[in-house]
Amino acid sequence: MSATLIIVISVLFWLSAWYANIYLSDLKVKNDASRLLINLAIPLLFGAAVLVLWEGFTQGFEVPTVLLPPPSMIAERIGNSLPTLWADFQQTYLKAVLAGYVLGCGVGFTTAILVDRSPFLKSGIMPISNLVSALPIIGIAPIMVMWFGFDWQSKAAVVAIMTFFPMLVNTVSGLSATGHMERDLMQTYAANYLQSLLKLRLPAAMPFIFNALKINSTLALIGAIVAEFFGTPIVGMGFRISAEIGRLNVDMVWAVIVMAALAGSISYGLLSVLERSVTFWHASNRR
Amino acid sequence: MPMMNRVIQKVLPVLTVIFAIIALWYGASVYMNAPFEHDRAERVGKIITFAEIIPKTMAQERPVLPAPHQVVQEIWNTTVEKKITSKRSLIYHGWITLSATLLGFIFGVLLGVSLAVGIVHSRVLDKSLMPWIITSQTIPILAIAPMIIVVLNSVGFSGLLPKAFISTYLSFFPVAVGMVKGLRSPDHMHVDLMKTYNADLRSVFWKLRLPASIPYLFTSMKIAIAASLVGAIVGELPTGAVAGLGARLLAGSYYGQTVQIWSALFVAAFMAALLLMVIGIVSNVVNRRMGVRSLHS
Repeated sequence: MSATLIIVISVLFWLSAWYANIYLSDLKVKNDASRLLINLAIPLLFGAAVLVLWEGFTQGFEVPTVLLPPPSMIAERIGNSLPTLWADFQQTYLKAVLAGYVLGCGVGFTTAILVDRSPFLKSGIMPISNLVSALPIIGIAPIMVMWFGFDWQSKAAVVAIMTFFPMLVNTVSGLSATGHMERDLMQTYAANYLQSLLKLRLPAAMPFIFNALKINSTLALIGAIVAEFFGTPIVGMGFRISAEIGRLNVDMVWAVIVMAALAGSISYGLLSVLERSVTFWHASNRR
Repeated sequence: MPMMNRVIQKVLPVLTVIFAIIALWYGASVYMNAPFEHDRAERVGKIITFAEIIPKTMAQERPVLPAPHQVVQEIWNTTVEKKITSKRSLIYHGWITLSATLLGFIFGVLLGVSLAVGIVHSRVLDKSLMPWIITSQTIPILAIAPMIIVVLNSVGFSGLLPKAFISTYLSFFPVAVGMVKGLRSPDHMHVDLMKTYNADLRSVFWKLRLPASIPYLFTSMKIAIAASLVGAIVGELPTGAVAGLGARLLAGSYYGQTVQIWSALFVAAFMAALLLMVIGIVSNVVNRRMGVRSLHS
């Protein structure tokens, strides 16, 4: 196929996908299921059109693969190097991210419960935590690498510190989300601290906690990958990115990024499913 | 005096916590640096007492954890005492990072706002782009940073622009999402009222949607500037520690210069706090002039 033909075909595909989307989004459907289907089809079609256009332009204009490899090349690379990618995923996600995430969120949650009992501590810690969660915490990565070595422990430490503050801030504001009426009601039941915490305030805080869990799932992956730029054993997603980019194997870098994106989206999706089952009572989940 | 009391009530707990952190930090630096001193004393065959160790742990050249005053002194030495043009001046490196951050932030805000305007006015764009924008929030985009730097470098772009590009990339998502929410925030009553005035799309946008979205713009700008700074710092890593705060971090970690790492870290933190404060002040002034009652009290 000649280069011009490829470009023309991809542009035609883009245009037809665009018009199909215009048609679809103007469609009036009463049925719930088919509306869901349409709302799913539109972004998928858009995504496919972007991929086709990307493929067509990189091949048609013969863009150097160092600059931007076509999607087909990336897909091929993913297929060819599954064992490497899996090892990297294991090192970065299953070890560093999960350990750091559980530790950071757990400690953040516990601290929030403790801090919540003392108004003085609360008004001291909260402004500082609010500020700290906006700071470039990722910069502690070189320090953690020095303290805990090159292996996954140092990455887990970075992840734990990065996830701690969002969890603390969100849980504390979640614990004060209940109204006076509800708390008074608990008091008329003669509920003690633990009872009103477990039966009223923690469930009410769940939307906030899940918000933190979702923010943290992305932060954790970023933290682990960037921390690996500061030194790792020869495995891991961050290591792969920085090593392959040094050799200008851009397709491998894209393969790792695709995997990171998949890992991020899937963990986010799982958290959303879990959230829906835990906070089924919340206004945003009611029908 | 009630005003005074309120200030004390607000400031006292914060100060207490800060003091506690500093005290803990000193304690930790003595604890973590002590083994090195023990080793050193053992090598020359001396037994060192605890009282002798404490001052020594705070004056090491490459401590495991530098004491706070060492970091403060290093920051002072590399900002005030050094000439700005010096390669060791943190003001020089800070400015390099700051300029990339600001440039990227401005582009990011412009891009985010225009994307949001498009999404609010076009159903197709809304339905096809919005899911991807939300999905993209769940992706560790920062992983892409080294590639952008190296690839742009290989085609001849280096220095400020690639870093600003990463900052743009990181900061336009929050702005786009926030502005879509903001531009849709006027309620039906107001939109209907505009309709009864026979207002066209443009005047609905300029007179209703845009003013209503301003508080949302500032909220998302706060997230965006923080992301933008992180982007600029990470963007400085793969080029091999040339200039900027990220480069200072990397160089420090190569040579084990912990004091240098901590001081670069603190300068980055100051910068983030300062940028957030500037946006906070601007947003307060603008919101007050526009008569917005506080959105997040």
